[in-house]
Amino acid sequence: MPVLTIVYASLFYAATAILVFGVGYKVYGYARTPAPLKIPTTPAPTTATGVVFRMAREVVLFESLFKATKWTWIFGYLFHFTLVLVLLRHFRYFQEPVWLVINLIQPFGMYAAFGMVAGLAGLWARRFLVDRVRYISTLSDHLMLALLLAIALSGLGMKYVAHTDIVGLKSFMLGLMAFELQPLPEDPLLLIHLGLVATLMLIFPISKLLHAPGIFFSPSRNQIDNPREHRYVAPWAAKLEQK
Amino acid sequence: MAAPTFEVPKLKEISEVPRIQKGAMAHTKSYVASAAIQQAIGFPGELVENWEEKAIEKMGDLLGKYRSFKVYLDTCVHCGACSDKCHYFLGTGDPINMPVARQDLVRNVYRRHFTFAGKYFPKLVGAKDLTRDVLDQWYTYYNQCSECRRCSVFCPYGIDTAEITMGAKEILDSIGYGQKYTNEIIGKVQRIGNNLGLPGPALEDTLEGLEEDIEAETGVAVRMPLNQKGAEVLLVTPSADFFSEPHVESLIGYAKVFHAAGISWTLSTHASEAGNFGLFIGNYETMRNIALRIREAALELGVKRIIVGECGHAWRVAYSFWNTLAGIGAGGNDPFSIELQQQLDPRYPAPQHICEFTYDLLKRGAITVDKSANDHRIITYHDSCNVARASRMGDMPGGQFVIPREIIKMVANHYHDMAADTIHESTFCCGGGGGLLTDDLMELRVKGALPRMEALNNVVQDHQVNFMATICAICKAQFSKVLPYYGFEMGMVGGIHQLVSTAIQLGPKQ
Repeated sequence: MPVLTIVYASLFYAATAILVFGVGYKVYGYARTPAPLKIPTTPAPTTATGVVFRMAREVVLFESLFKATKWTWIFGYLFHFTLVLVLLRHFRYFQEPVWLVINLIQPFGMYAAFGMVAGLAGLWARRFLVDRVRYISTLSDHLMLALLLAIALSGLGMKYVAHTDIVGLKSFMLGLMAFELQPLPEDPLLLIHLGLVATLMLIFPISKLLHAPGIFFSPSRNQIDNPREHRYVAPWAAKLEQK
Repeated sequence: MAAPTFEVPKLKEISEVPRIQKGAMAHTKSYVASAAIQQAIGFPGELVENWEEKAIEKMGDLLGKYRSFKVYLDTCVHCGACSDKCHYFLGTGDPINMPVARQDLVRNVYRRHFTFAGKYFPKLVGAKDLTRDVLDQWYTYYNQCSECRRCSVFCPYGIDTAEITMGAKEILDSIGYGQKYTNEIIGKVQRIGNNLGLPGPALEDTLEGLEEDIEAETGVAVRMPLNQKGAEVLLVTPSADFFSEPHVESLIGYAKVFHAAGISWTLSTHASEAGNFGLFIGNYETMRNIALRIREAALELGVKRIIVGECGHAWRVAYSFWNTLAGIGAGGNDPFSIELQQQLDPRYPAPQHICEFTYDLLKRGAITVDKSANDHRIITYHDSCNVARASRMGDMPGGQFVIPREIIKMVANHYHDMAADTIHESTFCCGGGGGLLTDDLMELRVKGALPRMEALNNVVQDHQVNFMATICAICKAQFSKVLPYYGFEMGMVGGIHQLVSTAIQLGPKQ
């Protein structure tokens, strides 16, 4: 087996493990930390079903961001929506046979990467053009955008500029998942693309990408507005009552 | 009003987001609590020797106790949605008054000590050690946040800067670096029973004087009972209602409503304060100790209902936290909560807001009013932040916006809302909440009131509005002080029950 295949296979195994266990560890930490006081941002739903809808609007439509700033919403939404399409499109490299739904979205997914680039470019431009956003941007904020943009551009490059050996790639990926290594096509653009994706997976649990699981644990969004009807006391606070 | 030592912002018809001006408010520093003030409420008297170590230790403690603190410190992506939402930023242009930058003061230290990236690549993620400069910056800028939650409305993850500010204040207090204004008041309420430090006999005198005033004006003997066992209702109201203008006008209004409805009620010297400044410093035990006084008074007096007067943060604590902190509410099945639940009348929510109470009476026709008595007033309504974004009234979401406005429209003929992006959940803080209502922060208070003053000015110009009603003791005090800086009369602000007081008919029903 070529050295490069072994290197990339190890990289992806490590990245997957760190992504899964790292995010799992963070989520476990969030879940286990009590929220001792009722602090939903009101007006808030008064039922659990209402909270599910509020959270769904937040996750699917970015409701609060829409209220806050239209430009950021447009670029942010464009980026996230096309990212989902692109990710779904990539499912076909990991399954045989390919699900019908994945086949159906291929035509949309092909152009979605342009949307990603446009969204990322807009978000990045804000970090230079709006003085307030420039002030709060750290080096890692810029690098994160650079990383995502590089992933999108290298992917586009393989689709529209220099085709890669897609059959070889698929057999590598299927092999990875079955723990039976197959050779990885040694195309520079592909190696760059995969390397960057692995990097993104590696930094997920230690970076601001934690906003993805984090939102589900945000007390201002996931709590029911019913403090007069239900008594809630965190375990550490209950101890005060025993004194 | 003495001439200000700073430039009062000019009112514009269309509000503008200022360009950032680094360090614009760095000179503003609220007075630090003395050793006596700190020790009286269980905090170290002065900055402890190993403060850095202790602060990090406390941060770790809070990260284990509060999900909000933990999740909010991790989740921010620096998107900037909140960056133009804080009234203190809009009024001062100081970039650290942007909610995200204010949070970052703590987040940078959190990253340095509690995250992999911050421990090994601090420069990359902006992680910082907790140096003396950083600590002073914490003190300066966390005492420039009124914990109004406006940023949390717009954050895509619901990050509430108030939670971070409370955490920071909790850490500062725990290492002996507290704020004088808030901590002195917490000492008073714990020692005497109210924030003003008004002892029982003085309160009794004040109430008797008010009874005489009402009788002289209306010819009706309206009572203001104190410590009356067996009364139906315990009224808990901010102590400013006993002493300050225009607050006292609302207290007179509550008394007239109880009188006209024929419902017996009482105030309590032990619980002569609805306000709970424990909220502002984020200290659970302090907040709980203050809330327990209400429980004790209710049990002692044997009341059936607990009603809260016009006070924003007090209503947040009462509505959202009293059930948790002091078992005042329904649904508890432990002996501690059952004891009080058995005494209270389950037909009414506990606690109930005075506006919920009055609204119900007005709707049922149990009290009668003469709307034309308020015809000299053209009214607008300022939603107070804690009522708007941290509580509710009535049984539907948003009742906290509807009920106060409905009351106004039931007792007065002329009402106009301010611009839609400055009311309801988007309301602007008065500029004095969260423990900042102190003269040593006057510049901040005046500048922080700018967004509200601009919205007010627009309805003054368009509709000749001459009265801004609000249901918060801090809002009332803040606006009384700040309105004149912007060329308005201080008497323009008042309570909803001040309007009710003007219109209510006390004689026998016709």
